Amino acid sequence: MPELGVVHSFTVTFIVRRFNPETDQEPYWQDFDVEMYSTDRVLDGLHKIKWEQDGSLSFRRSCAHGICGSDAMRINGRNRLACKTLIKDLDITKPVYVEAIKGLPLEKDLIVDMEPFFAAYREVQPFLQSTSKPDKENIQSPEQRARFDDTTKCILCAACTTSCPVFWTDGQYFGPAAIVAAHRFIFDSRDEASQVRLDILNSKEGVWRCRTTFNCTEACPRGIEITKAISEVKQATISGVRR
Amino acid sequence: MATVHHHEYDVVIVGAGGAGMRAAIESAPHAKTAVITKLYPTRSHTGAAQGGMAAALANVEEDSWEWHTFDTVKGGDYLVDQDAAEILAREAIDAIIDLENMGLPFNRTPDGKIDQRRFGGHTRDHGKAPVRRACYAADRTGHMILQTLFQNCTKLGVEFYNEFYVLDLVLTEEKGTTRTSGVVAYELSTGDIHVFNATSVVFATGGFGKMFKTTSNAHTLTGDGVGIVWRKGIPLEDMEFFQFHPTGLAGLGILLTEGARGEGAILRNASGERFMERYAPTIKDLAPRDIISRCMVQEVAEGRGAGPNKDYVLLDCTHLGAEVLETKLPDITEFARTYLGVDPVTEPVPVMPTAHYAMGGIPTNTDAQVLLDNTTVIPGLFAAGECACVSVHGSNRLGTNSLLDINVFGKRAGRNAAAYAKKAKRPALPQGTETFVVDLIEKMRTANGSENVAAIRKELQLEMDRNAQVFRTEESLAHAQKIIDGLRKRYDKVGIHDRGERFNTDLLEAIELGFLLDLAEVVVVSARNRKESRGGHMRDDYPDRNDKKYMKHTMAYKKGAKIALDWKPVVITNYPPMERKY
Repeated sequence: MPELGVVHSFTVTFIVRRFNPETDQEPYWQDFDVEMYSTDRVLDGLHKIKWEQDGSLSFRRSCAHGICGSDAMRINGRNRLACKTLIKDLDITKPVYVEAIKGLPLEKDLIVDMEPFFAAYREVQPFLQSTSKPDKENIQSPEQRARFDDTTKCILCAACTTSCPVFWTDGQYFGPAAIVAAHRFIFDSRDEASQVRLDILNSKEGVWRCRTTFNCTEACPRGIEITKAISEVKQATISGVRR
Repeated sequence: MATVHHHEYDVVIVGAGGAGMRAAIESAPHAKTAVITKLYPTRSHTGAAQGGMAAALANVEEDSWEWHTFDTVKGGDYLVDQDAAEILAREAIDAIIDLENMGLPFNRTPDGKIDQRRFGGHTRDHGKAPVRRACYAADRTGHMILQTLFQNCTKLGVEFYNEFYVLDLVLTEEKGTTRTSGVVAYELSTGDIHVFNATSVVFATGGFGKMFKTTSNAHTLTGDGVGIVWRKGIPLEDMEFFQFHPTGLAGLGILLTEGARGEGAILRNASGERFMERYAPTIKDLAPRDIISRCMVQEVAEGRGAGPNKDYVLLDCTHLGAEVLETKLPDITEFARTYLGVDPVTEPVPVMPTAHYAMGGIPTNTDAQVLLDNTTVIPGLFAAGECACVSVHGSNRLGTNSLLDINVFGKRAGRNAAAYAKKAKRPALPQGTETFVVDLIEKMRTANGSENVAAIRKELQLEMDRNAQVFRTEESLAHAQKIIDGLRKRYDKVGIHDRGERFNTDLLEAIELGFLLDLAEVVVVSARNRKESRGGHMRDDYPDRNDKKYMKHTMAYKKGAKIALDWKPVVITNYPPMERKY
C-alpha cells in the first residue's frame, strides 16, 4: 500500500535515445533529470520531459495502464510497456535508459514503423473461419474455451517480436506475436482453418525459426507464455491439433 | 507548404474503436469504405472496457429484453429516449450472437453457452432483484470486442488510414439542405494533408474524459470528433451528463470493473461498514453508478473515508477467493497489484470515483443520422458510440450498455451509411476545402507564444475535478466557467517546441487541448443551466429531480463565441417517469 498523501520525490536521470529524421543522420543519447515519485511510471517520466523540458520528444501512448499496447519500448535493455514499469521497481541510483524497440524501422525518437509487424499478423489469417451458421451462439465448453485463453490476452504491442534475436537478424521471420495470433485460432474448437495456418507457419519463415530463447515470454506485458504457445504450434504441425 | 492528397470513397468512418470498426464491417462489403484513425485501431479505448456487454439472452436465468429496456430507462433517470432504449435492448441479442459468430471468446456456462453475470442496475422484472445479463470474457470484454472487430476488418480487407488525425468536416449547402461531402485529415507520420471526398461520413471518435484529472480515459480521449462538429455549428446534446465510475483506483483513476461487484465484491467505509445497504437497500452495491459514486463521495465528506487522509473507500474482494479473482477478474487484480501494490486476494482496494463516460454528444436519431436541430437530419452524416447521443443512456449510463451501444448503433451507422452512399450522388467538394486545416496546422506548428500546452491542460483538468465532478453548484460551475475563459485566452498565446513535419505529437497535443477547452465550456454551461439533480448531474443547490421544468434534453448551439441553449423533448413510450429507488 503506498502511503497516499505522503510525498517523497527524488531526481531520476533518464537517458533517452533520440532521433529526428528531419535533422539527424544517426540516433544519439540525451540526458534528462526529472522529479519523480516512487509510484510514478516510466511513462510519467517521459511525459514530464515532454511537457516541461522538451516538447519535441516523441513517443506513442494512449490508455496508460497496459491494455492498448502503444508504448512498448526498451527500458534498461528490456522490452516493456512504459506505463506498466514503475519507478520503484527500477534501480534509480543509476540512470534509466529508454530507447525504441528493435528490429522495426525507426521513425522518430521512440516511434517505430509498425507496418511490418501488422503485415506478419495479417499473414496468419487471424480471424475465425467457420462454415457453421447457427442462429444462436456456437457451443463451446469451458474446457475448450480455456484451451486458447492465454493467447487471447495479446494486445499487439510488439514487445515480444522485437525482443526476439531471430527477428532482429532476419526480418522475414513471422515473429512471436503473429504465432500467438495464429495459436489463438488454431486451438479454438470453433475454427476450421487450423491446417491452413499450420501450413503457413510450417514454412521457411515460420515456427521452426524459433530458437526457444524465452525472450518473448519475458517481454510480454500480459504474461502470456509465448514460448509455450510457439512449442504447441510446432507440435501441432507434426502431430495435428489437440484441442 | 504542406503536400495535399485527394481521395474518394463512398463511406468514410472516422475512428477505429468498437463503433467505427463495427460500422466498417457493415459498410465495407457494400460500399467503398475507408476508416481514418488517430491511433492504430487496436489502441482504441474500447479495449479498456472490462466487465461485459448486456443482452437478455436468458442463458443462466429468466430475463427479457423488455426488462432490459426498463432498466436502461430507469438507470438513465428517465431522460432516455425510450424508442432508442427499446432498439438497444432488443437488438442486443443479435449483437452478442454476431460477435460470438465472429469469434469472440466469451466465458462459457458448463453446458457451453455464453455465460452471464450481474451488473449495476440490471434487474429482473422491473427492479425486483439483480439479474445475470452481462455477457463477458473474463474482465477484458472490451479488449476481446476490439480484437474481434479488428480481426474481422482484417478478414474483410477494410482499408485503414492509421495515425491520420481528422481535423475538419466538410459541409455543403445544396438547395437549402446542409449535407456532408467529406473530411480533411492530417497525416501524423509525414505532416501531409489528406482530403477525403465521401458520400457518407460516420463519426465514431469516442469521448472526452481528458478534460478531468481523475479519469479512466486514455490520454488520447480529447473529444476531437465532437469538437469538430461543434465548430461546424452542429448542436451537442446533454453535455452536462458525465459519468463518474465509482471504482477508480484511488489517486490514479484506473478503472476496476463493476463486474467485481457483479461477482460479489463489497464497498466498505473506514469502519468496514457496507454503506450501500443504507442508500440502496434492495440492490446495494449493484445500484447504478451515479448513485454509488455520490454515496462514496458523501461517505468521505462525512468523515467515514479510509486511509491516512480519509479520502477514499474500500472495494473488498477478499471473500471472493483467489480462484474467482484469477479466472474472472484477472486484469483488475493485476492493476491493483501493479499500480497500488495492493493484493485484492488479501486486502481491500482503495477506490474513488473516476471520470468515465460522456452520456451526451452529437445528437442522432435511431438510424444514427446526425441532427442539425431537434428534427432536421444532415444527409450522409452519421455518428455512433460515445461521441453520439441517441439517447440510450439519458442522464446516467448503465454498466455494459456502452459495449452494447457501439455494437448496435455502430452496425446501424455502417449499414445506413453504405445504403445512403449507394443511392446518393457524391457531392463535389467546395473550393479550398483543405485551407482551414492547412492554416490550422501551420499556425500551430509555428506557434511561439509564452504559454505552455501541458500547463493549461493540467489546470483545466484540476479545475474540472474541483468544480464539475460528482457534486456541482452554481458557484462551482460559475467558477469553472471563469477559469475556462481565462485558459482559452492563454491558449491563444501557446507556443510549441517541435517545428518538424513528422510525428509532431507536440502539435497534436496542442490541437487536442483546443477541443478539450471548447467541450469543457459546453459541459459547464449546460450544467449551470440545468438547475436540478438527475442521474450523473448532481447539483448540491438543487438536490431534487424536477420533471416539470427539466424532463427534456439540453441542446447547446455554438453562436459565434457564445453558447446558446435550447431543449429537445424526451421520447416516452411505455414508462412514465417515476421516482428512482433501488
